[in-house]
Amino acid sequence: MYLSTSARRLLALLTTLGFAFLYLPLFVVFSTSVSKGGNFDIIPDGFTTRWFSDAIGNQGARTALAHSAIVALGATLIALVLGTLLAFGLSGRRFFGRNTLSLAVVLPIALPGIVTALALALAFRELGFTFGFVTLILAHSTFCIVVAYNNVIARLRRLGPTLQEASADLGARGFTTFRLVTFPMIRSALLAAALLAFALSFDEIVVTTFTAGSTETLPQWILNNTFRAKNVPVVAAVSTMVILLSLIPVWIAQRVGDGAGNSR
Amino acid sequence: MESPSAPPAAPETELRSSGSFFRRHPAAVRTLQLSGPVLWLVLAYIGSLVVLLSRSLFQKDELSERLIREPTLDNITTVLTGSVYRDAALRTLGIALAVTIIDLLIAVPMSVFMAKVASPRLRRILVVAVLTPLWASYVVKAYAWRALLDPVGGVVKNVTGSSPGYGVTATILTLAYLWLPYMILPVYAGLDRLPNSLLEASSDLGAKTNRTFRSIIIPMLIPSLLAGSIFTFSLTLGDYIAIKFVGGTSQTMGSIIAQYFVGGNDLLAAAYALVPVAIMGIYLVLVGRSGALENL
Repeated sequence: MYLSTSARRLLALLTTLGFAFLYLPLFVVFSTSVSKGGNFDIIPDGFTTRWFSDAIGNQGARTALAHSAIVALGATLIALVLGTLLAFGLSGRRFFGRNTLSLAVVLPIALPGIVTALALALAFRELGFTFGFVTLILAHSTFCIVVAYNNVIARLRRLGPTLQEASADLGARGFTTFRLVTFPMIRSALLAAALLAFALSFDEIVVTTFTAGSTETLPQWILNNTFRAKNVPVVAAVSTMVILLSLIPVWIAQRVGDGAGNSR
Repeated sequence: MESPSAPPAAPETELRSSGSFFRRHPAAVRTLQLSGPVLWLVLAYIGSLVVLLSRSLFQKDELSERLIREPTLDNITTVLTGSVYRDAALRTLGIALAVTIIDLLIAVPMSVFMAKVASPRLRRILVVAVLTPLWASYVVKAYAWRALLDPVGGVVKNVTGSSPGYGVTATILTLAYLWLPYMILPVYAGLDRLPNSLLEASSDLGAKTNRTFRSIIIPMLIPSLLAGSIFTFSLTLGDYIAIKFVGGTSQTMGSIIAQYFVGGNDLLAAAYALVPVAIMGIYLVLVGRSGALENL
């Protein structure tokens, strides 16, 4: 026993407090979404599902949700392909420029969001792009690549090259080895990466605001509506639904393996 | 001495040499694998940063609003010497530092409990519990803190009798809340990799809990703690939404950059954006040696 009983108790207490801190605001949002008066408080004043039906019927919210889903899917797809290629390229032997390249990969998440946002917006403007889905997907994919890369390279590092070498020694060509050995080994890491990249894109607001043009995503719809007092309970209902729906992918990512723990 | 059981060499060489072009040229494979993503990163990301840098050096014609593409240091001099910019930069750095320390203090005990005390089943549930708030809309969480901290009738005021009101304190609290999972995840992952046998060895050699913490856990965790601090720092420097909700009249680098961009003053915005780039650049170089970047 390397941790004393009192240390374990103290850790348990601190952890409980930490989770209380993490969940207090979410709980208040939930309360608001079912509260009759729609007041922002811990204990709802009466129960209603009215805000949920308002949220489901809200055309603006539905359009914004569809926009967010399209952008997140596009960015995730690009990020998975490029991030996986990058992980394969950088996982092997050392070569000239490898360290520079690994630094360049993490730049989009290591540099502050507002810098990425401003740089991309100015570059898109310079190139004469119309701001909308294309600019959003391109912009989001820059930071989603990191998620895919991190998940895949962590898996490749842990597995090492031995199984692939064994496959090659047994006579399999490159593509056969990839299909029968490599891909099954990284499949769950790819799934976890896809879920995280999707989540990251789905909730992004800073880069989005700078590159969206007139395309309104869900976070922007929420931002615009929190400043209208009467819409606050509807916003709370939308958020509650997003949290509840998100439990499904988070749980799947946990079931398929270690990937989700290594987030971003 | 030739062993009779040794496998004949011929088929092996034959097998090796029958490999495709790519088998014989691993560097070619790597070039192919890397060219797409590298082009992407270079063109889309590094290219954008170059545009950002160039804008910070350009001027606009005052009448026609056209870009004058002749480099001057005027914008950069403005943001380096103006007291508004310096104050906002120092305020932002202070907020980032406070947020990082608060998140470290909360994340370390939580991660130790999750990785080393909780049963595997509970651990799985707790990891999901850390990840779930990340799916809740960032904007809604920032708004929730605005409502919670409302000096008139907010939950914090009603329960504790006082509220910090809107300002720097509220911003620190809100950002510490928002970035906490980004600190917990790398710290937890680092602890999860730390073998229990090391901790048992420490206790077998007579170390009490405190000593094991100080001499084993914390030193081994430093790359993970630094990785977490990259997130809390970079996210704080790049944020301008939370300060809009709870910052009152205080300004950060992010809020000034956003305000300038929206107002069409993108050259000064670009010049000022170089300050957080420089801060993060220095920070990454300093912590990069510890292996923190591999723990992101």
